[in-house]
Amino acid sequence: MIEFQSVHKQYGNGTVAVQDLSLTVEAGTITVLVGPSGCGKTTLMRMVNRMIDPSSGSVLLDGTDIRERDPARLRRGIGYVIQQAGLFPHRTVLDNVATVPRLFGNSRRDARRRAAELLERVGLPNDLGKRYPVQLSGGQQQRVGVARALAADPPVLLMDEPFSAVDPVVRADLQDELLRLQDELGKTVLFVTHDIDEAIKLGDRVAVLRQGGYLAQYAAPDDLLAEPADDFVTSFVGRDRGYRRLSFLDSQGVCPEQADTIRIGDTSADVPSRAGWVLALDHERRPRGWLLPDATVDGQLTENQLLAGGSLYTEGTSLRGALDAALSAPSGLGVVVDADGAYVGVVTARHVLDLIESRRRSVTTEGAVP
Amino acid sequence: MIEELLKFFGSPSNREMVLDALAEHTYLSLVPLLLGFLVALPIGRLAQRVYWLRGMLLGAANVFYTIPSLALYVLIPGLFGWPLLSSNNVVIALTIYTAALLVRPTLDALESVPGHVTAAATAMGYRTGRSFLTVELPLAVPAIASGVRVASVSSISLVSLGALIGTGGLGKLFTDGFQRWYPAQVLIGIVLTVLLALVVDLLLVGLWRLITPWTRAGGRVLPS
Ligand SMILES: Nc1ncnc2c1ncn2[C@@H]1O[C@H](COP(=O)(O)OP(=O)(O)OP(=O)(O)O)[C@@H](O)[C@H]1O
Ligand SMILES: [Mg+2]
Repeated sequence: MIEFQSVHKQYGNGTVAVQDLSLTVEAGTITVLVGPSGCGKTTLMRMVNRMIDPSSGSVLLDGTDIRERDPARLRRGIGYVIQQAGLFPHRTVLDNVATVPRLFGNSRRDARRRAAELLERVGLPNDLGKRYPVQLSGGQQQRVGVARALAADPPVLLMDEPFSAVDPVVRADLQDELLRLQDELGKTVLFVTHDIDEAIKLGDRVAVLRQGGYLAQYAAPDDLLAEPADDFVTSFVGRDRGYRRLSFLDSQGVCPEQADTIRIGDTSADVPSRAGWVLALDHERRPRGWLLPDATVDGQLTENQLLAGGSLYTEGTSLRGALDAALSAPSGLGVVVDADGAYVGVVTARHVLDLIESRRRSVTTEGAVP
Repeated sequence: MIEELLKFFGSPSNREMVLDALAEHTYLSLVPLLLGFLVALPIGRLAQRVYWLRGMLLGAANVFYTIPSLALYVLIPGLFGWPLLSSNNVVIALTIYTAALLVRPTLDALESVPGHVTAAATAMGYRTGRSFLTVELPLAVPAIASGVRVASVSSISLVSLGALIGTGGLGKLFTDGFQRWYPAQVLIGIVLTVLLALVVDLLLVGLWRLITPWTRAGGRVLPS
């Protein structure tokens, strides 16, 4: 657990970067610091490993004031990942990852063995270990950065905009990977970003900071979307927060209906007679696309006679996916699949909206917090 | 000319004289190169870390570099109370030149190490000394290297001037050769000096390549 107790930071030139701020980061959770550029996120984060000492106030790590700890030793127990990965250009990937175990006095051999395990853990092939950082893509460098931070198995992980320099697809991969690792490892993570979507996706709790180093709101992501504390948070959280909030609504009550289906390879004789949209499945019952109402099939059905489908909704995930599946399908029918990707049924946008509506009603009648 | 050269090398005492001069020249130029580097390194580091000292240190380095070398060769024995002909005078004078020459490139090289890399070293739990020796210095090597190559040439050519006070390595071959009007000997002195400079330069380049394997790992450049 990390506790910031009325920490304040004024730099030599008079800039106040953090304004009398108190915040508790629970052990084993991801807490995200989010806010516009220059609002003091990095400053606040660097107070934890004493790269910056607060002008006043104190930071406690598991109950002890970190000022009582030797900075270098303290840092070896805190993983740190930065934006450009900060890898050492003159060391191979393997030796980069072995850095902290080496600082702890492990032999080169043990440190490298540990490093190799970590590379595998973050999803990098073993032979990458022999390369130098320049020989990796940005996404791979970030993974190495994460592996290096985890190498000595520190209970606390600081991450300063670790994914902001990579393209959106790679970023999404890295975020998923972090969540997966966190499930396995249960570290206390303090994560800095200026991207509110990233904050909402990753954070168990999100701290929104405002210019001048003020804490504007500290809440679970769902609450942040539901009840922004003030105009600043409202505008920072952005426009479609209502829609994005669906990510936090579970699938309870979703009941898919059956659509007409046909198999790839079937002939026109197999097309169901009703004049509606027909969903085509392959031989493992995975959805492949839609057949227009009243469409005829020449010979055997092939994929190029189909209209591409919308996004798929995996059973049991949040309502956002269900609504998106319905809105993106040409037929207006969102396709529901199971964890293996096999067809389960379809839902309409109306069905999902009714569900949201009925939940809102039950919450208000029970008088619980919305 | 060829005839004269053959005649010159025909004499065993001449051969021995040339080899001795070459050995002395190598010693008198490389020892100061090493010592000068070792002196410039902490000064460059100090200039990097202590901002208000920077101007002073760089200024002092410039001043030392502008003292004529011949004056130093004569001044140093006076200061240390050594005989005028001691080769230590040359070693100390050239160490001062090399150091003066290398302070600036060392500072620039250390400054060129990316901030996110040094920040990462600190964040991993390196103490300042270890970070300097195992992270910053290795990364500064390629930039320091070009300074050292210039210093090696300068040092090799300045050794010859020592001949005027009697300890000049290959320089003795010119002074002696001119005095006795023996062009073959002058030529040998010049050619060997140039060759020595070339060989030392090649060895230095080889050394850098050996200790900086990462600079040859082709690929994308790190985003800075
Ligand atoms: N060493 C320093 N000396 C003086 N002012 C500083 C220093 N470091 C940061 N600042 C100032 O303190 C404020 C907060 O900086 P900080 O780096 O913590 O912001 P940030 O939220 O991390 O910004 P970004 O998203 O751009 O990384 C800024 O106004 C910055 O200019
Ligand atoms: Mg920052």
